[in-house]
Amino acid sequence: MDALTLALARWQFAITATYHFFFVPLTLGLSLLVAVMETLYVRTGDENYKRMTKFWGKLFVINFVLGVVTGILQEFHFGMNWSEYSRFVGDIFGAPLAVEALLAFFLESTFLGVWIFGWDKISKRLHLLSIWLVAIASNLSALWILIANSFMQEPVGFVLRSGRAEMKSFWALVTNPNIFTQFPHTVIAGLTTASFFIMGISAYHLLRRTHLEVFRPSMRIGVIAGLLAVLVVALTGHFQGRHLVEAQPMKIAAANALWETSQPAPLNLVAVIDQRSETNRGALALPALESLLAHHSFSAEVKGIKELQQEMVARYGPGYYIPPVAVTFWSFRIMVGAGLWLLFLSFYAYYLYRKGKLEERPGALKALLYSIPVPYLANTAGWAMTEVGRQPWIVYGLQRVDQALSPCVTAGQLLITLLGFTLLLGILAVVDVFLLARFARQGPEAVPASMPEKEVSLWS
Amino acid sequence: MELNVLWFILIAVLFAGYFFLEGFDYGVGVLVPFLGRTDTERRILLNTFGPFWDGNEVWLITAGGALFAAFPHWYATLFSGFYLALFLILVALILRAVALEFRHLDESPGWRRFWDGALCFGSFLPSLLWGVAFANLLKGVPINAEKQFVGTFFDLLSPYTLVGGLALLFLFLMHGALFVALRTEGELEDRAKKYASPLAVLAMGWVGLFLLLSLRVVAGKPLALALFLLVLALLGGSYGASRANRSGWAFALGGLSIVFLTFGFFSALFPRVMVSSLNPDWSLTVYNASSSPYTLKVMTVVALLLVPVVLLYQGWTYWIFRKRVTIKDLHY
Repeated sequence: MDALTLALARWQFAITATYHFFFVPLTLGLSLLVAVMETLYVRTGDENYKRMTKFWGKLFVINFVLGVVTGILQEFHFGMNWSEYSRFVGDIFGAPLAVEALLAFFLESTFLGVWIFGWDKISKRLHLLSIWLVAIASNLSALWILIANSFMQEPVGFVLRSGRAEMKSFWALVTNPNIFTQFPHTVIAGLTTASFFIMGISAYHLLRRTHLEVFRPSMRIGVIAGLLAVLVVALTGHFQGRHLVEAQPMKIAAANALWETSQPAPLNLVAVIDQRSETNRGALALPALESLLAHHSFSAEVKGIKELQQEMVARYGPGYYIPPVAVTFWSFRIMVGAGLWLLFLSFYAYYLYRKGKLEERPGALKALLYSIPVPYLANTAGWAMTEVGRQPWIVYGLQRVDQALSPCVTAGQLLITLLGFTLLLGILAVVDVFLLARFARQGPEAVPASMPEKEVSLWS
Repeated sequence: MELNVLWFILIAVLFAGYFFLEGFDYGVGVLVPFLGRTDTERRILLNTFGPFWDGNEVWLITAGGALFAAFPHWYATLFSGFYLALFLILVALILRAVALEFRHLDESPGWRRFWDGALCFGSFLPSLLWGVAFANLLKGVPINAEKQFVGTFFDLLSPYTLVGGLALLFLFLMHGALFVALRTEGELEDRAKKYASPLAVLAMGWVGLFLLLSLRVVAGKPLALALFLLVLALLGGSYGASRANRSGWAFALGGLSIVFLTFGFFSALFPRVMVSSLNPDWSLTVYNASSSPYTLKVMTVVALLLVPVVLLYQGWTYWIFRKRVTIKDLHY
């Protein structure tokens, strides 16, 4: 397999997966928060909650469709570009994908249709049930795709037979230790994304003092959900890191650019990494902190990249088992840095909100508005660390990425699809963000009293 | 029944469901610029399948997932082999879905015309290309002893496979027109009906030609032959019902013809799933392309638990939106 083909296929996966996860977190989180809003409407009968539900629901739908189309692409992708991967793990990897479709996608898509078109067709309670089913189903779909991804991170419940990984225990597959930290971390990152989306857009309107009756309560929901979510993300993120120390020590060592085994191990805040000479040409480090984070002890030993490389050679045979260290290192730092900013901002916003002063602080409102992209940055960086840090493996310890490519696909074909998908999805993503911004600025529809009966509002 | 066979049938059912359900919304999608003369009419047309298309598309996603889970080699060889065709299908599906969601978000005529075009193209291409793909499955493609596709994109295009593509395209167009006839009223309904009968004739012609050209493949497969003949009979019935102004029957019979055509495809294939044109022994079958017995067993339990529930609630949504059917007496 030549290097060009491999590079093109890797770029294509990186780009399309990034597109996909650009839209998905908002779907995960906003579905839940819109469901909460509609619950408030059904409980109180307050029309403002209905306008609120419809406003955020409209943004939800604009975002949703791109999550769907980039998702189909991901499903087809495995067979198209990575056929040898598909043959090798199809026995195991295909099952959660099929369950995801049967259990989650049908539910999500069918009831989203009911929700969009059903405002005047079904009872309030049934309509409310629809959005809850959409929210539950989106988050269930995240569970099943992460079960599939967990197998790539940490293969369990399988047996190798005639060159393929075959499923030995479905139960072991769905209770993969990796899933217990990865799933909450990912879906609550979605909730964080949605909370900051709501806070940012609400801040925009509070700054202009437009539609206060909708954006004051929206801000309240955003502030509370945001604080809770970002705390859970930080906590689960920490435990995920602890788990990786055991399950994928190389990823953690690379994420910290720790070349030498150290006791205690310092935490490199920033470093100039030279992968060729396997050193950092300079680093700003906090002593012993990495030992504390990894093992909850100031004196624990943390294995370095070089020793892990030797261990993996002993275990898997000759080869280069070190992932791109700089990418892993910096994506980890971007994720954590973005997370820390969100943590600070959500505490600050909550503090001001409790004091009743949030609306009087244009600085804080502007900070919230301009922080809408920050969770996106964290989401993307988090996946970059997860996937790049696993290299050269596609399935950790079992199959390398270069063994997974489709043999019949040429560099020319890959170039066509790479350019095609990148351009098409890139343009659509820009248009989508533009539309989201436009309708976010516009605010909710004015008077709810006379909803046209025949035409469905979202499709008019 | 062996689980390998059961899963083969299940995948046939998933594709039949996909073709039946998305068949009409692809059909309507292609017809929108022709049937809808004003923006309001076009909006009505989009609303006929608005609540359903996303759920319908999940049939394809599920078929893909089931293929991956139950027959990994089939999934791998098919998707890597039919590479550019699938790329085009994906581009079309992306454009189509986005067109449906974006079109109404701006009122400028240029914007709406653009997305109408995207919807039309995005509905046309998969209709044609799935037909081409299935015809290729029947015809056989170059597959070597290692289950690898060794042909090119142009190996997939031949008069025979194009006839297969056109047959499916016209079936979907007919199906879409009949769907519109059921879901609208007044001028649109009349216009859709006017489109339906000639489209039925064209569909019948292309399907008939395709069957004629497939005789060699179907020879010795009485079930497949019977199914194909049934398809022609159903199309005849659909045409007759259309002429007699019985749109409900026309839609039902036309839809069944799509379902049985899919079953015909699959029964002509069985027990192979991809035919090798290089050596019959190199063909992929339900046995050499499948997952392990354990995975098949797990997936069977999952499918038996979930599929009936899915059918129930998806059916229920068609019931909720039945009032969109503006001709009062017809239900499907």
